[in-house]
Amino acid sequence: MVDGFRPATLQEALDIRSKHDCLPIAGSTDLMVQKARGFALKPDFGKPLLFIGHLPELHKISIEKDQIHIGAGVLLTDLLNSDIIPAIFKEAVCLMASPPSRNLASIGGNICNASPAGDTLPYLYAVDAQLVLKSARGERTVSVDRFITGPKQTDLAKNELLTDIIIPNKQFDVNYYRKVGQRKGMSLTKAAFQGMADIDNGMVADIRITFGSVAPTIVRSRDIEKSLIGIFAADIEDKVSEILERYTPLVRPIDDARSSAVYRKKVSLRLLEDFLRKISKEK
Amino acid sequence: MKIDFILNNQSQTIDVHPARRLLDLLREDFGLTSVKEGCGEGECGACVVLMDGKAVNSCLVPAGNIIGKSIVTLESFKKTERYKMIESCFLEAGSVQCGFCTPGIVIATESLLTENPNPTDEEIKEGLSGNLCRCTGYNMIFKGIHLAAERGNGLW
Repeated sequence: MVDGFRPATLQEALDIRSKHDCLPIAGSTDLMVQKARGFALKPDFGKPLLFIGHLPELHKISIEKDQIHIGAGVLLTDLLNSDIIPAIFKEAVCLMASPPSRNLASIGGNICNASPAGDTLPYLYAVDAQLVLKSARGERTVSVDRFITGPKQTDLAKNELLTDIIIPNKQFDVNYYRKVGQRKGMSLTKAAFQGMADIDNGMVADIRITFGSVAPTIVRSRDIEKSLIGIFAADIEDKVSEILERYTPLVRPIDDARSSAVYRKKVSLRLLEDFLRKISKEK
Repeated sequence: MKIDFILNNQSQTIDVHPARRLLDLLREDFGLTSVKEGCGEGECGACVVLMDGKAVNSCLVPAGNIIGKSIVTLESFKKTERYKMIESCFLEAGSVQCGFCTPGIVIATESLLTENPNPTDEEIKEGLSGNLCRCTGYNMIFKGIHLAAERGNGLW
């Protein structure tokens, strides 16, 4: 068996992907840990590796037609150093792992790893990020909530690679992000909350609410969001308990080594409450 | 897989499995034992080396990802003026006790000061957030880095 492939171009990578059963690997910060076998042993991946992290085609960040295109291989450090990436997204990225890991890890890897606790995901779900999936035959675009089908599961076909992430080039009027972890630095997420809204003439014109790490995938309800549009921001205050009640059944965390279901649920709903009260104070 | 890379300013060509950890290559094949294995999962920072000038966890880097890269470990970094400044400031501040975390801390300090020569307290904590030390309680390390930043005018 071949140990691995290191193509020079994206096209070459797609050709290899169409001919071989192989595992795409970029920054490798998640995969090397998942497949680790202990001190001084090489991780066992069970199939040849397809190295794609170095491909220049996957490292661009650009604005096209009012949308931000982010190459799947863009490093977390590069997201933080970019003038184009929205500040509210950077808030989540700068709390991921530590600088030496952010110098390796890619945004595409965080998406394809599809962890319920993936820290780029609450934002990407909230803005309906579109993912470009390429194969030797062509390409398709899917939204992130359709791409991730379950914990650690995606819709990526065996001949495809995630090449670009497309997000709107837009700042919301109200921006709120909180990650709850064991400590400030180098922490894995117990619960994450992302809230964003636009207020127009005192009324809610757009609102996005997502929860991370409290269900098999990121939680978002378009129905509840839609029902809040058109309400005067000041009136949100009176609706807090009603809105919390509607989200209660959707937030369904588990007990694990990192936290308890009871704590995760309580803190998630309290963060939602805090966000709603922040909106109600907007003019 | 054939791997061409630069190690401590010297070109190297090796033939290894591309999943082999950079940490093991450095320690086992090249005898560079300043690079320590602590956790083996990117949490402790004891194995941190410079890759193209930036701190990375060598336990998380497969050999296939170092092709064309420049890797620097403490063995060569210690010959620089910047290292000497960090060393004297760490000595003065008492930043080293058992020493196991120190190579990683020194490399993380170099990476931090290269990017930000005048870090605030908070930026130093953030820059070193990937390095664990079980002895010092960190305050002496932060103080050592502060001193190096203060006195290292022009070095970074």
